[in-house]
Amino acid sequence: MSEPVIKCENVYKIFGANAQKMLQDSNGNVDAKTFQKNGCIVGVNNASFEVSKGEMLVVMGLSGSGKSTLLRCISRLTDATGGKIFIEGQDLLQLNNKDLIDLRRNKMGMVFQSFALLPHKTVVENIAFPLQIKGIKTEDSISKAMDMVKLVGLDGRENYFPRELSGGQQQRVGIARSLAVEPDIWFLDEPFSALDPLIRKEMQDEFLRLQDKLQKTIMFITHDFDEALKLADRIAIMKDGIIEQLDTPANIVLNPATEYVRKFTEEVPREKVLLIEDVMETSQENLGNLKVSKDEIIENVAEKILTQEKAVAVIDENNKIIGSINPSKIINTVFGGRKNNN
Amino acid sequence: MELLKKYPKTFQWLFLLIVFFALCFAIDVPETYKFIRGQAEFVKDPNQSSYVFLGKEVRYYAFDVFWRLPPLLGWLPIWINDSLFFLMNDWMPIEVWNEDTQEFKSRPIVLQISRNLTAFMTFLIELIREILLGGLETIVAFTSWDWIDKNPWAELPGLPWTIVAAGAALLSYKLSGKGLALFAGLTMVYISVFGQWKPSMQTLSFILVAAPLSFIFGLGLGIAAFKSKRVEKALYPILLVMQTMPQYAVLVPALVLFGVGDHAAVIITMVVAIPPMILLTLLGLRAVPLEVIEAGRMSGCTNIQLMFKVLIPTARRDILIGVNQVIMVCFSMAVISAFIGAKGLGFNLLLALNQLNIGLALEAGLCISLIAILLDKMSLAWANKQTDYFGNLTFYQRNKNFLFFVAIFVIGIALAYIGNYLFKDTFNYLFEIPHNKGISTADFWNKGVDWIFDTFFVYIKAFNTWLIQEVLQPMRALYLRMPAIATIVLVVGAGYLIGGLRSALVVCALTLFIAFSPWWDRALVTAYMATFGVIVSCIIGFTVGTLCFQNKHSANFMLGVCDIFQTFPSFVYLIPVMMLFGITDTSVLIAVIVYATIPATRYTIEGLRSVPAGLHDAATMSGVNKFQRLTKIEFPLAFPHMMLGINQTIVFALFMVIIGAFIGTEDLGQYILKALSDKKGAGIGLTLGICVAFIALIFDNLIRAYVQKRKKHLGID
Repeated sequence: MSEPVIKCENVYKIFGANAQKMLQDSNGNVDAKTFQKNGCIVGVNNASFEVSKGEMLVVMGLSGSGKSTLLRCISRLTDATGGKIFIEGQDLLQLNNKDLIDLRRNKMGMVFQSFALLPHKTVVENIAFPLQIKGIKTEDSISKAMDMVKLVGLDGRENYFPRELSGGQQQRVGIARSLAVEPDIWFLDEPFSALDPLIRKEMQDEFLRLQDKLQKTIMFITHDFDEALKLADRIAIMKDGIIEQLDTPANIVLNPATEYVRKFTEEVPREKVLLIEDVMETSQENLGNLKVSKDEIIENVAEKILTQEKAVAVIDENNKIIGSINPSKIINTVFGGRKNNN
Repeated sequence: MELLKKYPKTFQWLFLLIVFFALCFAIDVPETYKFIRGQAEFVKDPNQSSYVFLGKEVRYYAFDVFWRLPPLLGWLPIWINDSLFFLMNDWMPIEVWNEDTQEFKSRPIVLQISRNLTAFMTFLIELIREILLGGLETIVAFTSWDWIDKNPWAELPGLPWTIVAAGAALLSYKLSGKGLALFAGLTMVYISVFGQWKPSMQTLSFILVAAPLSFIFGLGLGIAAFKSKRVEKALYPILLVMQTMPQYAVLVPALVLFGVGDHAAVIITMVVAIPPMILLTLLGLRAVPLEVIEAGRMSGCTNIQLMFKVLIPTARRDILIGVNQVIMVCFSMAVISAFIGAKGLGFNLLLALNQLNIGLALEAGLCISLIAILLDKMSLAWANKQTDYFGNLTFYQRNKNFLFFVAIFVIGIALAYIGNYLFKDTFNYLFEIPHNKGISTADFWNKGVDWIFDTFFVYIKAFNTWLIQEVLQPMRALYLRMPAIATIVLVVGAGYLIGGLRSALVVCALTLFIAFSPWWDRALVTAYMATFGVIVSCIIGFTVGTLCFQNKHSANFMLGVCDIFQTFPSFVYLIPVMMLFGITDTSVLIAVIVYATIPATRYTIEGLRSVPAGLHDAATMSGVNKFQRLTKIEFPLAFPHMMLGINQTIVFALFMVIIGAFIGTEDLGQYILKALSDKKGAGIGLTLGICVAFIALIFDNLIRAYVQKRKKHLGID
């Protein structure tokens, strides 16, 4: 992969009157408590990471952890206090107002927790809004918006007002609106948090379907660890403005970097998260006839493996055997004592 | 001691009351201060005292300082007056080119600005007026009188009333639908048939200039205040005072600055209508959720797009209330500004009231109210209009309304032309029904009033006498009996107990201003009338509101009634009460009560509605009956909101008390009315207005402080 789409270097966001000066004085060692004494609140503390094209980075954290602030720094809804942010190699913080607006009009889309639909516009008008802002003719923008309406499955409701829709439907409108300008980068700020559990699951599946088709570069904010595990290519876990750990879901579950991260992983059903690859052994002796792909989620193949007596061969995408897995290992992973497992 | 610790607040209030009464009894009424015939005329010390301030002599009646504070601010009206005259006549002369004499002439800048504004406003009003009624002035504005003399054909003919009526119905149909179209049509036909066409169109032309201008300026200033803290801080105190200042009071300075006529009326209407528009714009913009703003930014809005495509549409509910207020104020002012020479229905209404011709007044009042309701509904419908993108419309469908209007136009002109021959000897009724040549029900109403008067005279008189002798006069006497010091202690003490030191200081400053003005006695009379009105209004309003709240339909119905009543210009309320009670304090008080009951009722219903549904269920499950639920759950929780209603009730009551001066009460309002005909009245009018505004603001401050505390306590908000 060439250049990362989003690249953050030591990003800080500190709220308060003389945040800038205090950050310079602190030399990069920001301690939330001393800052708070001086009337400053640390939102994002030294965040550095990259997101490459087509990747979905999920930022997970509890409320007040700075995850939304981080997202707003990257979309420049607020200006970061320190550090550098690059969008496709462009230095975001150096952009003037006009370039920033151009960037948003063509490259970025964002979905909001409480939908943020315009109450005076119908579904189709809401979706066409970013297009009309760009200066596209009414007819063209409406016909494009109708395509988006179909994409998110709201056909027949295009003339409804947001207040006449359910929460899930409203968020479909929000999603359609954010996709209307065909952005490369897609920001989602707790898009499903305000929805009922059943609707939430449905929307997550729908979202995965869309992403499968569209392959956007995504930053997804959530406070729901299960959601993060389900959706993410990589997860960043935030606490008090600091990114505690940034890794693949499997690695986070298997190797939590801090005590804080471990707490989240304790209750996670591992068979739903881990791949065969994550738990296989490299020995290739005494194999049975069954072969499983290394990219399968344990849950999907557990029953097959558990009915075997011998170890099961693990193959890669070229059907080459690269390791094995014992039924006992599966039992151990799923039911075994979690703390001494790794 | 135990009790004291348990209820500290109660004892603080008790202590305050004790101090107040002690002061009342300790300070004697001075010998020279007596009531005559129980009326509010005072024998004051015949030997006036005087002092000199800023080179001006201020005369006043000296009393014991504890009884009435000396009028240290007596110089203020004189000073305001002199400053205004100085501004108009001497300040910063500039060279102005004079068309007629073909030479430069020196003129003060304020006078020049005022002249230009006047010319501009007059042109706008005349333009609309002449489209509706016909005339020469607009053409003259572009050419000259000489040109008109040479070309006698050059005159705007005016639209036949049939076209205006059908046009209004068509526009209403396009905006809203059949219902509004029918209403618009009937209103216009009524106006025409009853011979009110010309004054109505005069009033309409005035409104069509004043309302849009007020809307634009109000919105603009509201946006400016939203964008900049500094602008907001500068505007806020002016807005507060303007909101509570009686509309009368602003007339007098306007008279000095802009003279007499429709243009002055438009300017003064704008001055009164803009503040609520600003406040509501600001309120609406503030309430736009942050995420919606962010969504707008992420869609790539520029600042201007964000304001006009995201913020304002999202805040439109509050902005629409602002528009509604602007229209209300405009119609209210359409009547009041008849005092400074605005033509139209307002002038006729005042004239009829002056002649005690209740029937005529009723007809004019009805016309104003009908047009007010119509414009209100049309503006509302316009804001809620939707576009259809999908209908594949033919040329005819797209231009249907325009074609219809062309047809109406042609038919209307044809009818008017035919009318020319049809009504050869009389007036062309198909063109314009002249004033007082239409059907009039005035006689019927007048006879009705006479009949009521003859039949019920004894009872009405008895009631009137009883009310005045047994209730009003003792109450007035009590108010006047308060020594100034005692009143100030009471008000400031209340401020301290309710809102702490800050509140006490604000209230103290406001009260002192009134106390140091030369009109403390009058202010007390104003306060007494307002208090009486507010108490009765609140009792009625709370009762009606609570009763209506028991049923969803009746509550909605009542809110609708409030809406309609609120659209009536304030002067209209005087008509029916004068029918019954003639020119007495009772009339004014009843008008006050009717007018002020509107906000009391509205806020009661809204307050009770704002009680969360979950609490209702919780109460029901605790086994309360209807009455218990009302007293234990709904009232305590709705109380803060209801208090805001009282706040509005006070402002409404004060407005009406001041307007009541027109039929002869003896409070501050009467002085304001007097100031209108006084050459040096501008300063007096303005100062009096500020006094009334301050009375309202004292209560406003106390109530708001209380509501805030209470809401915090209850955890609402």
